[in-house]
Amino acid sequence: MNPPRSETLPLRSDEDLVRVRQAVRAWMVEQNFNLVEQTKMVTAASELGRNALVYGGGGSARLESPVDGGHGGIRVTFEDHGPGIADIAQALSNGFSTGGGLGLGLGGAKRLVKDFEIFSEPGQGTRVIITIRK
Amino acid sequence: MERIPILLVGEFLLVSIQVDLHDRLALALQDDLTTEVVKVRAKGVLIDISSLEIVDSFIGRVLGNIAALTAMLGANAVVVGMRPAVAITIVELGLDLSCLRTAINVDQGMAMLRLLLRPVASQGSDESAEK
Repeated sequence: MNPPRSETLPLRSDEDLVRVRQAVRAWMVEQNFNLVEQTKMVTAASELGRNALVYGGGGSARLESPVDGGHGGIRVTFEDHGPGIADIAQALSNGFSTGGGLGLGLGGAKRLVKDFEIFSEPGQGTRVIITIRK
Repeated sequence: MERIPILLVGEFLLVSIQVDLHDRLALALQDDLTTEVVKVRAKGVLIDISSLEIVDSFIGRVLGNIAALTAMLGANAVVVGMRPAVAITIVELGLDLSCLRTAINVDQGMAMLRLLLRPVASQGSDESAEK
């Protein structure tokens, strides 16, 4: 259906975060995901992108399609080289925040996009992958 | 820096967010609105978010802050035009925006602000009528 493609966007400023949201939206629209699916995916991307920006000191977002050799779907990988997360379970729990935020970022994004993977270690940065399948 | 325009309509301030709201711009709006409420002695603030495609935790917090700040300055805030997909997403995200006064569109938002300006003595019955 769609030829494989990928796009990597920087996350270094508020404007970059807006561009990542716009790109995720555009890809979702192209693949005819419905409005609620689009909104959830873009909102999750916004939370995760902000985490990479604020807590990770900047990073990148990589969009890929299709996923797992399927006919479509979108995968977004957020990567930063910040301090990493020591206790992932705690970071995912509601209301946990070290940056003065609401602490909804990680846990909230996971609630919005069920297919959610996180890899992090202290000093090694953080990688979060969200996937939506067709 | 880019700014979101704030219009004075009668004794109310009207804001319609028509751009992709990045974080700094949202904070600037919060500051500008707070300053403007005092400057023009506004009795209410109406924020139209019908063009906003998402409300994430940051934007949600800014909207909540605006409501709290205007309340502290003796004015009321109403958020209007939230898209259904945005409302669904806010609830699943876990954002508690129950502190926000909302209305379906600008017309009803303005009506709500006028209603809230009625003398204190009649407020009790107004609130039950709203529900």
